[in-house]
Amino acid sequence: MTRASRNSALSAIGDDAAPILAITRPPSRSWLWRLASLVLFFLAWEIAGRAPINPAFPPFSETFAALAGLAADGSLFTAYRSTLQPLLLGLLVSALAGVSLGVAMGLSRRAEWFLAPVFIVLQAAPMAALVPLLTFVYGIGLTAKTLAVIMLALPVIALNGYKAVANANPSLVAMCRSFQGTRRQQIQKIIIPDASPVIFAGLRLGVAAGFIGVILAELLITPTGIGDLITYHRSVANYAEMYAAIVSIILLSSLTLAGLEAFETRVLRPEKRGGHAIA
Amino acid sequence: MPSLDVAARPFDPAVPAPESIVSVRGIGKFYDAMEALRGIDLDFPRGRLTTLLGPSGCGKTTLLKIIAGLIAPSAGEVRVNGRAVTRPGPERAFVFQDFALLPWADVLRNVAFGLELRGMGKSERQAVAGKYIEEVGLSGFESRYPHELSGGMKQRVGLARALAVNADVLLFDEPFSAVDEQNRRKFQEDLLRLVAIERKTFIFVTHSIEEAVYISDRIVLLSPRPGRLSQVIEPRIDRAGQPETIRRDPLYLDTVEEIWQGLKRYVD
Repeated sequence: MTRASRNSALSAIGDDAAPILAITRPPSRSWLWRLASLVLFFLAWEIAGRAPINPAFPPFSETFAALAGLAADGSLFTAYRSTLQPLLLGLLVSALAGVSLGVAMGLSRRAEWFLAPVFIVLQAAPMAALVPLLTFVYGIGLTAKTLAVIMLALPVIALNGYKAVANANPSLVAMCRSFQGTRRQQIQKIIIPDASPVIFAGLRLGVAAGFIGVILAELLITPTGIGDLITYHRSVANYAEMYAAIVSIILLSSLTLAGLEAFETRVLRPEKRGGHAIA
Repeated sequence: MPSLDVAARPFDPAVPAPESIVSVRGIGKFYDAMEALRGIDLDFPRGRLTTLLGPSGCGKTTLLKIIAGLIAPSAGEVRVNGRAVTRPGPERAFVFQDFALLPWADVLRNVAFGLELRGMGKSERQAVAGKYIEEVGLSGFESRYPHELSGGMKQRVGLARALAVNADVLLFDEPFSAVDEQNRRKFQEDLLRLVAIERKTFIFVTHSIEEAVYISDRIVLLSPRPGRLSQVIEPRIDRAGQPETIRRDPLYLDTVEEIWQGLKRYVD
């Protein structure tokens, strides 16, 4: 779309007679900008690595070569097998429990009084200090790692769900009542969809926090999985491999978050698909 | 209490209008210590457009929402078709000041939403909604989302949604206050056409004197703090002619002026 035609789209807004264009940037171009941003970042990384800032800071090319090496010798996948299990388990529990408890707090005054203070305190607590305590109770196995994920992910998911539901648009709720919607319809057809952007923002934050939780657990309490890969390569001064492990977890986290966003747009907010621009 | 000679008669609660569909008896409303409405007695004749008019703070929207069953009164009773109102019912439909459209639903689903809540099947309710989308002049916009529409078009969606449930009484809460002036005029003209063909009872809240006189069969004037009945006016304006003829009709202009003289003292 040219600049001129975008301007004409703007002027059509507010005119009853003309069909109105959705003002969305063409997706191809936004991808181009994102790609450019990544390329620029990798370029800066390459230059900084070659300068060099520090012998422990390898350039981009070496890091990605190391990543390919870790993938080729299979150690990356072995590590992920033991990292992903507690991560997925913990995130699943956090998402289900967090959204349900959050929605319950938003809908019921009693649930709000009973649960909200717990989550507010949990969210404020410095988790890195609490995660090692889990080993005293649950040892260094799967349970401790899963609980670390839940401890980090659950509060932010629950609190966002709570705020989203408590702040559901009162005008839409009144509209539903005026058309004799039942309480159940009010929750299903108005409150949940209206709250879904904030619930999903909470889920995205929760997933990011869950990644932090599992890596914290692996670095602090149970030397296994990707955390162990990072620790091991640091201890033998394979800095490129260490950075490769870190990059891989960032990559996985980013892809998961992007997938979650795509799911939300597709399933819950059809108006954001922006597929209605008329040429 | 001043009364207009031909255009109005003084309100007399002892003589209820014949065929009243909505009757309001002794309605009062307190918000904590603030008295919003006091002793409202009113009858709304079937098939007419009655406007509740008054300055801000006169409780006109509160009265409308009590009739809708969205707010419980502190005193008194509202009856619709002889049955006491305790909650919203299928014989009443509400048009909201801020449109209250579902942003995640297209025009078709928004218009059909009242029917969806009643459990009507998808193809059936979409057929009904399509008919009213056409009636309010939105054909071709069925698959658009609210954020793609102008204020005037959004309120047409709100109107079509209220018409689609086939209620006897349509309640309008300042429907044009968030719509620009040109669209508002066009909308008022369309509304008169709708009143003529739909044979429903319309209760309309506005703070615009011109709007009230232009569209109403009856105008109920409320005085503020607390809201009380001040006067009932029935402008006998011939609406058969063109919109510009109505707006130049001496009776229209006199009625507007008379109401303004009556309301002036409430304006700070």
